[in-house]
Amino acid sequence: MYRLFLLPTMIINVAVIFIPAILTIVLAFYRWDGISEPTFIGLGNFERLWDDRIFWKALKNNIIWTALFLTFPIIVGLIAASLMLTVRRGSTLFQVIYLIPLIISAVITARVWQGMIYNPQSGIVGLLNRFGIEVYDPLSRTATALYGVAVVDLWHWWGFMAVIFFAALRQVPQEQIESARIEGATFFQMMRWVLIPGIMPTIRLMMVMTIIWSFLVFDFVYVMTQGGPASSSEVLSTLAYRQAFYELKVGSAAAIALVISAFGLVATFFYLRLQRKEGEE
Amino acid sequence: MNVVESRNTVIVSYFVLGIAAFTALFPLALMLLNSVKSLPEIIANPLALPRDTEWNNYANAWKYSRFSHTFLNSAILMFTTIALVTVTGSMSAYVLARKKIKYWAVVTAYLLATTTAPIQLFLFPLYFGFAYLGLINNIFAVSLIYCAIYSPFSIMLLRTYFLAVPKELEEAALVDGATPWQVFYRVYLPLVWPGLLTVALIVGMYTWNEFLIATTFLQGQESRTAIVSYFLLSGQYETNWGELMAGAVLVVMPIIILFVFLQKRFIDGITGGSVKG
Repeated sequence: MYRLFLLPTMIINVAVIFIPAILTIVLAFYRWDGISEPTFIGLGNFERLWDDRIFWKALKNNIIWTALFLTFPIIVGLIAASLMLTVRRGSTLFQVIYLIPLIISAVITARVWQGMIYNPQSGIVGLLNRFGIEVYDPLSRTATALYGVAVVDLWHWWGFMAVIFFAALRQVPQEQIESARIEGATFFQMMRWVLIPGIMPTIRLMMVMTIIWSFLVFDFVYVMTQGGPASSSEVLSTLAYRQAFYELKVGSAAAIALVISAFGLVATFFYLRLQRKEGEE
Repeated sequence: MNVVESRNTVIVSYFVLGIAAFTALFPLALMLLNSVKSLPEIIANPLALPRDTEWNNYANAWKYSRFSHTFLNSAILMFTTIALVTVTGSMSAYVLARKKIKYWAVVTAYLLATTTAPIQLFLFPLYFGFAYLGLINNIFAVSLIYCAIYSPFSIMLLRTYFLAVPKELEEAALVDGATPWQVFYRVYLPLVWPGLLTVALIVGMYTWNEFLIATTFLQGQESRTAIVSYFLLSGQYETNWGELMAGAVLVVMPIIILFVFLQKRFIDGITGGSVKG
């Protein structure tokens, strides 16, 4: 009887995620344009990716992206969360303000930054130029396009980390904070010896999720640069999307999807192992 | 109580938190300010206050993005998804929280695994499958996709609300001869509604903002969401940034107003499950 309660969830989930995911794994070994009969080509898609310069560029960009998101939002989030714990009064207001960028659609955020900040005519970049300060639109150059997009994503993202860490910090036992305080700990000593160790499981979970999410990044890149100029800001998910829907290389896109998933699996595996070790201690 | 003793630490803390708040709000202030300026005024100085308030920007943005139509599409998509997720999700959360079935651990593990699955892992076959079945540009079919994607985390969130209900209530109802469905509907649902509201808010926000699925499956003029329509408009011809910012304000307003009024529920939903005790 109780199995019936699960049925709607499971039917929808299996039909939308599980079956297509299995088909993606199969498709990765076929050549398919989405219309005619698929042809089995073994590891052909993967071999072609191995020789594809843009694939490696996209993979490298995902790794840069992961490194940026493993450091900047986590450090800023930790500092902001500890500061909110320090001042207490007003922490709700700060949380609300920090979360506002998160609740706005990536499409809107991207356009606001493109028009109001980066744009050399209508944006802050243009204004600075007129004051004689040499800055340029980072999205227009191959060397900086990826970072230009990353700044916008970081701006929208770090508040989430701050709020998560703040929620975790409030669960650190008061006695620990109190005794460190009586011994006259400074803010940074408090962070180093009490607060960060106290929320280490949450920090670790967020780092694993950051690795998984960094390989999924799509919206900001697709809206702001479409992976350009000259593929300089291409990431795996935009590359797969372009191959499937613009170049009609669905098999190759499926192979890229497997690469993306593999990174997520590896991250999850290490996380589970870490947790098991912790359990043993 | 303060974490650290020194008064100076508190002052410096407020200062740093203030800078962070300024950074978070600055681009949005520019959006709001320039949404009522003409293009020449924006180009002259994006930071200046408007000389003549250009309310026309809003009327034009509303017209060009066909918001009277696309807002309705977004709203239908949002409410269908919320209904699907809360109904199916609460039933599953009840069964998994109270371990009513033998394989609850397997089902939980499967649902957790799908939360981290990249959309690209199932997007391409799903698209061609939908095309084969003639479901492209069908808003209700797309709400099924959202339901599948947003259900697992909704179930995990709702599970904690079900766990908080005392078991004795259920046992008493069963002794009185209630059926499983009556227990769920009469005993649990009235007690877990704050969880349902939280899930509805978060799922509503995600659906309103979602881009990748919407732009792939809802391309037709008649079925576009507000976000997709805004994306297409802003990518076209020479750009009147004043109108584009007005359009942006229109799209984000519903979400920001809901968020400010119900922030506690939003924050509970956003942080739910992410904090490890």
